[in-house]
Order: sequence, then C-alpha cells, then structure tokens
Amino acid sequence: MATAAQSRLTPLKIASFGLVLLWLIIAAFPFFWTFWGSFKVQADFLSKADWMNAIRGTNTIAQTGSAFTTEAYRGAWIDEAFWFNFKNTGIVVFFTVVISLTFGTLGGYALARSGFRYAFWILMAALVFRAMPHITLVSGYLLWFFEWNVWGILPTTIIVLVAINQPFTLWMLHSFFKNIPKDMDESAMVDGCTRFQAFRHVIVPVMWPGVITTGLFSFLLAYNDFTVTVMLLSEQNETIIPAINSFMGTTQVEGKVMYAVAAVVSATAPLFVLILFFQRQIVSGLTAGAVKG
Amino acid sequence: MKHRTFFWFILPTLSAMILFIALPIVSVFVQSLFVAHEQVQVVSESCGPFGCTPTTSIDLEATEKLREEQPLGRFNGLNTYFNRSHLAIADIGEAWANSDSMGAFWNEVYNLPFYNALTFTLTYTFIVTPLVLMLGLAIAVGVNNLPRALKGVAIFTSLLPFLVTPLVGSLILFWMVDGDGVIGATLQNIFNDSSLSLKGSTPLMWTMLMVYGVWHTLPFSFITFYAGLQTVPEDTLEAAKIDGASKWQSLILVTVPHLMPLVSFVTLMLIMDNFRVFEPIVSFSAEAHARSLSWIIFNDLRESGNPLYASAGATSLLTIILVVILMMPVLVRTWRDFTRKAH
Repeated sequence: MATAAQSRLTPLKIASFGLVLLWLIIAAFPFFWTFWGSFKVQADFLSKADWMNAIRGTNTIAQTGSAFTTEAYRGAWIDEAFWFNFKNTGIVVFFTVVISLTFGTLGGYALARSGFRYAFWILMAALVFRAMPHITLVSGYLLWFFEWNVWGILPTTIIVLVAINQPFTLWMLHSFFKNIPKDMDESAMVDGCTRFQAFRHVIVPVMWPGVITTGLFSFLLAYNDFTVTVMLLSEQNETIIPAINSFMGTTQVEGKVMYAVAAVVSATAPLFVLILFFQRQIVSGLTAGAVKG
Repeated sequence: MKHRTFFWFILPTLSAMILFIALPIVSVFVQSLFVAHEQVQVVSESCGPFGCTPTTSIDLEATEKLREEQPLGRFNGLNTYFNRSHLAIADIGEAWANSDSMGAFWNEVYNLPFYNALTFTLTYTFIVTPLVLMLGLAIAVGVNNLPRALKGVAIFTSLLPFLVTPLVGSLILFWMVDGDGVIGATLQNIFNDSSLSLKGSTPLMWTMLMVYGVWHTLPFSFITFYAGLQTVPEDTLEAAKIDGASKWQSLILVTVPHLMPLVSFVTLMLIMDNFRVFEPIVSFSAEAHARSLSWIIFNDLRESGNPLYASAGATSLLTIILVVILMMPVLVRTWRDFTRKAH
C-alpha cells in the first residue's frame, strides 16, 4: 500500500533509482552488444577506428553486401563442428543432473530425518568440501586417471561433476526436506511401511518443487564448469566451454575471433531461456539456504 | 531414523564425496611429498683410436620403466613446500637480510610465484567481497522501492551476469574493454593514448578483473538481500517512523540489523567463490599481470606432457589450508549454534 509519503521522490530515492538503472545497464549491455556484434564481421565487432561501425556495420556491408551476416555462426557450427561439443555438453549435463539428484534426494532426506550427531558432522564436512577450489581436487585426480586409463572420457567427467555437486545438492535438499512435516512419512510407517516405502510413496510425490529447484543449480554447475572439463576431457570429447577456450587459442591467429563470438552467444542462449522460464525457482533456490537460516 | 536405514540412504552421496573430494585431498598431500624421477643415466666408455672417454647417456628405457613402476616419483619429504616455487623460506630469509627497506623486501617476496599469486587472490577476495556486499544491499533497497511491474524485469536482467558461464562472461567483457573493443578503443581515443591498454598495464588488468568479479557476483548478494527485505517486519519500520527516524536512519538502524544473518551467509559464499578466482584470468589472458592460486595450480598441471604433480599438489594443499582458515569463524559459529540447540 503506497501512501503519499512513500511515493514522494526524495533525493535519496532518486539516487537509489539512479544506481539501479546504472546497474541494469551494466548488467545487460555487454550481452546486447555481443549478440548484436555476432552478426557482423570482425572489423566491425572489434573496430579500433570508430565504434559506430559496429552499429552501422560499415565493413560488414562492404564485405558481405548486407548489414547482417551469419557467417560467424556458420563457421563455428559447421566448419569448427561446434554442434559436436554441444552434444557432449548435453550428455554430461543430463547424466550429471540425474545422478546428482538421485544421490542428493536420498542423502538429503536421511539427513533431514536423522537427529544424530553424525548427521551434523556430515553437513559440516559438506560445507568444507563445498569451499574447496575445484582445481585443487582436479590435481588430486589427474595422475590416477592417467594411471587407470580413464582420463579423457565423458563418464569420468560425469562422476567427478556429480561428486563436486553433492555438497551443494545435499545442503539444499536437506533444508527442503526439513520443511516437509515429519508426520507424513511417520504415519505411513505406523501403517506398516518400511522407511524406504514411506519415502517412495509419501515423500517422492511431494518433493518435486524442491528437486526441480536443486536440479536447476546442478544443471548450471555442470553446464558452466570449465576447470574440470578442461583438465579431464580429451580434445575429441570436449564440451562447449573448453571448446570456446581452445577456439580462442587457435582462431585468434587466423583472424577468426568471430567464430568464438558466435560460440559464446550460442552457449549463452540456453541459459537465457532457462532464466526466462525458471526465474522464480532460481530466485527461491538462491535464497533458500539463506532466508531460512 | 535407525542407524542402518540412515546408512543405506546416505551411502551413495557419502561414497561420492569420500571418493572424489576427501580422497583427492589425501592424494594431493601424498603427491606433494614426491618429485618426478630423474632420468636414469648410464656411463659407458667409448673407446676410439685415441683412448677411451667416458660418456653419459640417458637410458630412456630404464627411465620409462622406473616411471611406470613408481608413477608418483621418488620420495622428497616436505622439500617441495619449502622450495622457491612455494613457501620459499630460504629466499625470504635472504631477502629479509639483504633488503634495506620494507618496500625492497616486499618487492623480493612479491616476485616469488606463490606469494605473487597469494597477493592477487587475497586482494581480489577482500576488495570484491565488501564491494559486492555494499552495492548489493544498495541495489536491493532500490529495486524494493520500484513499482511491481519493474521488479521482475530488474531481477531477470540481474540474473544474466550471475548465471552466465564465468569463462563466457569474462570473454564478453574482455572483448569490450580490450584495445580494439568498444570501451577500450573509446578510452584510447578520449585520452589520445594508444598505449592505454589492458594487456600493457598491471593496475588496469587488476582493476578490470575486479570489475568482472563485481559484475559477476553482485546479482547473488542483491537477490539474497532483496529476498531478505521482504521479511523486514512492517511494524518495526512503522514504529521507527513514528519515533521520528528518517528513511536513511531506519535503513541503517532497522533494516540492516535485520539482514545481519544474511550478510554473514552472503559473505561466506562470496569468500568461497572469490577465493577460487580462475576463469577470468584465462579469458583475459591476464597471466603476465595477475595470477591466482587456482591459476598457478592449473599452470603446473598444464605443463605439456609432464604435469608437475608435486608442485601442483603442494600449492593445492596450501590453498586448502587457507580456505579452511578463512572459513574457521563460520565453522566455529555453526558448531556453537548446534551444541546450544542440542542442550
């Protein structure tokens, strides 16, 4: 309910709206700029002479005859076989999310229902594990993966990503299951269910909102990961993020930066769609651990 | 829940964490105690018409065999930790003895790889974190005052820099601020100084990396604080207003204390994430000017054909110890809360 006093503009309010506006421009402009520029040639996108070139597309018209060109996308997706990296990412992300959630729901449920002291210690250990920089863990695997000949393949990466994802998944689902009343599964057990049957028939049907929210973050972790994928995947199995990185290495010399630009825009598109559809779940997930304290 | 049932439920996730997080930490420690084998040398006498000369050659086969049998290398104890690439105790002692001023001493220390990376990582963490906290709170308050229709748009836009892949996000910024990019080139034109470039200046590179850090993590603190603002009790705000508090006073004296638990949560998350700063350094090709702890481990492992496991292991373990030290206040507090609840 906005009263007259609340809606009056004070200098403080103007300053704070100004800050918000400034932030929104800083947050969004780089994406617009890169998206727009990905349909130009390199001389326009990275134009030392005059940045208006990138808007008018002076060189793009000179080189291709039209102000927009999809040359960069064709180059990245067909010539550099970016679709293949996308397929790898699809496989890695799908299995990471499914396995993470399966392990996480079982563990999170157990932690939420157990009052024993060791449940607390497991959560504390998970918090410390969550803080480990990923590269320190990777330096622990590398030698052994080479020794056992499992380096470079997708399954290894999937298992590692699942494990790295567990601490976060566990915390989130633990706090989610805590909010489901104990009475539900306990009354099922009074009626003769075992613990697992109670979980299967009573808890599983009501857990989907929490699982979907957690799943979104597992998706983001697997999709956005660079440290693990760049160290553990061979060149034939690269996912999109390390592929973009190796693009930068190989294409800069050939003046094909635009391929990388197109790849970057392609990699951001799925995230854009994700935010569009799941904004509410993402926001609630971000604050779940925090607001409930 | 019975112990046995608990065990079966927790087994998959616990074994994943033990096998791929706890054991690697042990493995990192073990690796750091060994160094790569030296090449096996054979001394043979080659006799010619002018007498015999001993020649040393490398026995590739024997070296290969030795490496295969003992992939870890030979035992080296804690030496890796104290060598020049890590704690460099001897070098620091020498620098301390030889330099006549604090500045000169610091210059010497800063040139040591581990301390160089540590300086950047800590500076990055302790500049980005407070900035993000304050700006996040300011923007959350601003958005909270916006009309309802605009709030959704503001949140949607803010989520983009946070959820975008760090490597991709930093590339997007890099292309704009690089010498040929829209912001970089415009700045060069304004100051009429073509040497003003990210690649040529350490302070500029550090600043830009931190700008990226703020850009990337600000949405997290903003959204968390924004959610917290929805739970500030109306009555207290009303009472403050009746008592004559200005808007600013009620923000500082009512809202901020109410958000305090959130602030410590956000600080913890930010410190954890900022301390592992890595991707922007790769994207910006910043290694000539700024290296983080994560980056030097990555660099050791990247050593073509022959990863420096010992060196990477030692740096990793030092990093892990630092992370635990940084988290200590939070861990102690959580433990106190738990024991208080238990009694």
